[in-house]
Amino acid sequence: MTKTPPPVLDLCKLEISLPKGADRAFALEGLDLTINAGEIVCLVGESGSGKSLCAGAIMGLLPEPHVRVTGGAIRFMGEELRGKSDAEMRKLRGADISMIFQEPMTALNPQKTVGWQIDEVLRLHTKMTKAERKARALEMLERVHIPEPASAYNAYPHQISGGQRQRVMIAMSLVLSPKLIIADEPTTALDVTTQLQILKLIRELQEEEGAGVLFITHDFGVVAEIADKVAVLCRGELVESGTTDAVLNHPQHPYTRALIGAVPALTPPPVKAASDAPVVLKGTGLKKTFAARGGLLSGKRKAVTAVKDLTFELRQGETLGVVGESGSGKTTVSRIVTRLLECDQGSVELDGTDLLAATPKELRALRQHIQMVFQDPMASLNPRKRVVDLIAQGPIVHGADPKKAREDAKKLLELVELSPAAANRFPHEFSGGQRQRIGIARALAMEPKVIVADEPVSALDVSVQAQVLKLLAELRDRLNLSLLFVTHDLRVAAQLCDRIIVMQKGEIVEHGPTAEVFANPQHPYTQNLLSSIPGRDWTPPSLHANVA
Amino acid sequence: MTLHMPPILTYALRRLIQAIPVVILIMIGTFLLLKLAPGDTVDALVGDMGGADAAFIARLRAEYGLDQPIWVQLWRYMVKLASFDFGWSFVYEQPVATVLMDRLGTTLMLMAASLSIAFTAGIVLGAIAARRAYSATDNLISILGLVFYATPSFFLSLMLMLVFSVKLGWLPVGGIKTIAAFYTGWDHVWDVVRHLIMPTTALSLIYLAFYLRLMRASVMEVADLDYVRTARAKGAREGRLMTHHIMRNALLPVVTLLGLQFSTVLGGSIVVETIFTLPGLGQLAYQSVVQRDMNTLMGIIFLCAIIVVVVNFLTDLLYARLDSRIELA
Repeated sequence: MTKTPPPVLDLCKLEISLPKGADRAFALEGLDLTINAGEIVCLVGESGSGKSLCAGAIMGLLPEPHVRVTGGAIRFMGEELRGKSDAEMRKLRGADISMIFQEPMTALNPQKTVGWQIDEVLRLHTKMTKAERKARALEMLERVHIPEPASAYNAYPHQISGGQRQRVMIAMSLVLSPKLIIADEPTTALDVTTQLQILKLIRELQEEEGAGVLFITHDFGVVAEIADKVAVLCRGELVESGTTDAVLNHPQHPYTRALIGAVPALTPPPVKAASDAPVVLKGTGLKKTFAARGGLLSGKRKAVTAVKDLTFELRQGETLGVVGESGSGKTTVSRIVTRLLECDQGSVELDGTDLLAATPKELRALRQHIQMVFQDPMASLNPRKRVVDLIAQGPIVHGADPKKAREDAKKLLELVELSPAAANRFPHEFSGGQRQRIGIARALAMEPKVIVADEPVSALDVSVQAQVLKLLAELRDRLNLSLLFVTHDLRVAAQLCDRIIVMQKGEIVEHGPTAEVFANPQHPYTQNLLSSIPGRDWTPPSLHANVA
Repeated sequence: MTLHMPPILTYALRRLIQAIPVVILIMIGTFLLLKLAPGDTVDALVGDMGGADAAFIARLRAEYGLDQPIWVQLWRYMVKLASFDFGWSFVYEQPVATVLMDRLGTTLMLMAASLSIAFTAGIVLGAIAARRAYSATDNLISILGLVFYATPSFFLSLMLMLVFSVKLGWLPVGGIKTIAAFYTGWDHVWDVVRHLIMPTTALSLIYLAFYLRLMRASVMEVADLDYVRTARAKGAREGRLMTHHIMRNALLPVVTLLGLQFSTVLGGSIVVETIFTLPGLGQLAYQSVVQRDMNTLMGIIFLCAIIVVVVNFLTDLLYARLDSRIELA
């Protein structure tokens, strides 16, 4: 009779305490989690739920003594990890337990070659010779499907793409065939097509090696794509766990239900009858190239074309989505139409006036009619100004009576569902979602005809994202606003946009009503994008009605 | 990164061409500024002689070309400078080039020694302070650094002199070598080193604090970065993190400062050289100002401009060596 092997990882009543003055006493409270060999367990939660600290606790890499494990057991292959010396933990790290991090850009040392960094793991844990190590590293690069492993071996991280960097990171963590792989949001920073490739790669290698994987993510689409089992964390407490099917399709706990209910379904709004509303924003033949850094004497300046020959129309009351991956030029479009960036060619007509030909004085007047909402609500609000002043600043600059502008600002706060009592607070006193509401109020203060929103919800948690999207949609309908909505997230686009344009390398490859493009994509790039959406086969159950 | 010859040569050539207008502008600016100051060489000469009649003064002025309009004087000076002719020093009765070359060695020695010590000690102490941030060691290092930084260089110099020369009698009070000792070989070298110990200490202690503070901040910042966490997750020990992952990245801003500070150290050497009567460019500059030795002063400034340009070029090369992301273009 064979004894069943112990699980790869067994967390029992794990408790991590936070320093005094934190928003709660424990980052994790009594977490139970078991990962068997060959299993991918997704740990899901919003920011601040304690999911990354869980990874730190297993690796023995918590920022002690402020944050430390104060209770419970961490058993790896049946062996208790708590109380192990630093030297013992170092032997495990990188060899038996390895980690894949979120940001492939910053997780690799910029001053060392890819080869060196993979080699380091082997140097630290094995007695292999230099030649053996190099052969092993090259073999790993091959296994993670990096084209030309030999040249990647000698490349510095900045010389390869983001997706390739994440492949290198995976090669590095798997080079010693660890029994447990902890992946902390490994695909969050990647484009959707790259994300799918990386998810497939993790799955493929994990099946070959039979390792257990703890996969930390906030994205239910990714969960649907990769998980065998799911555990949902809410403010340090495990609220629900089970098989992927059970949790995703029949969630029990109200928090899980709310989270899943907030995931935008991939069903676009129905096609509206061809609108005869007036065109408020019209771009014609827009072109923008960036001159790359070049030498005075070397004579070759490589120009990068960010946008080439872009034409679009935005009608009143309509939402036009601009979707594409990084480098597609979608952010450049948003900067050109607001003339935050000078364009090389073409015209942008705002209500019939050419914005790009306007003199500085005319431009200042026109700016009132086109306002922006930015991606990072923290970085785009001046931290030293009170919220009321941030909102009233625009109207005051345009000649409004300061006192009245401040009164109006308070009304706007109500409009974006914030308390007018918060008017005298500073941006850092608000959460991410609230800050984005302030950003929207700031844009609305000018009573613009057009709002250009550049990834306004991509920095937000899914439940907050849903609220902000709902608010945007409501305001658009109530104020008859026209929205130019730039996003990389096709789920978000599906939820909000009437029409979308799909951009690739500075060009529109496809455009049309969202429902039509989603149902029947014509261009291969659009088809690829749509088929890469994580969890595209999973339709979040409709739970909105019964959310507590 | 490997530096292939052709790109680096183009780069050097481009930097050289960029430097020419900079140096020309510096020289024109200095020339005009010095002309604005009251008094010229003739005034100083006449003052030394104890006075002279107006006709004699006018003749002297004509002889030196000082009676010409300022633009003519400037044009003549710049034309001569173009062929590296610095003119004649009326104070030293020698060509300015000769005077400068006599003094250059001392100053370069002083500066090289001070900066190397300040830089090396600064990054080592800064790294130690960062790794033990907010501990007693860190506080001690930081306080000492600030004390030296806040102390005026002349005071520090005089105190060193008082303790090590006057009280203890270990080190010579001033000068670059023992006069009339006629040492040769290693004895001569040792003699010069003994003379340089105090000036170098005085100058380096002041600049040490800059490198120390910057290195401390830089190491603390880099130590928090993701790739250091990655290395830790690979099983690397703390010492290895420092030597293989943190140091080189943390050095980058410090190297930038090194290039920028070279010129201020050049300025600082004026005070130190004057106090320790070191026959260097700094002391010469001070004397030239007092004696209105315009040609010598302009020569010194030209030389300093060139040194600063060269040092900044070398810093950029070093930077590119240290940072694989930077390509010289």
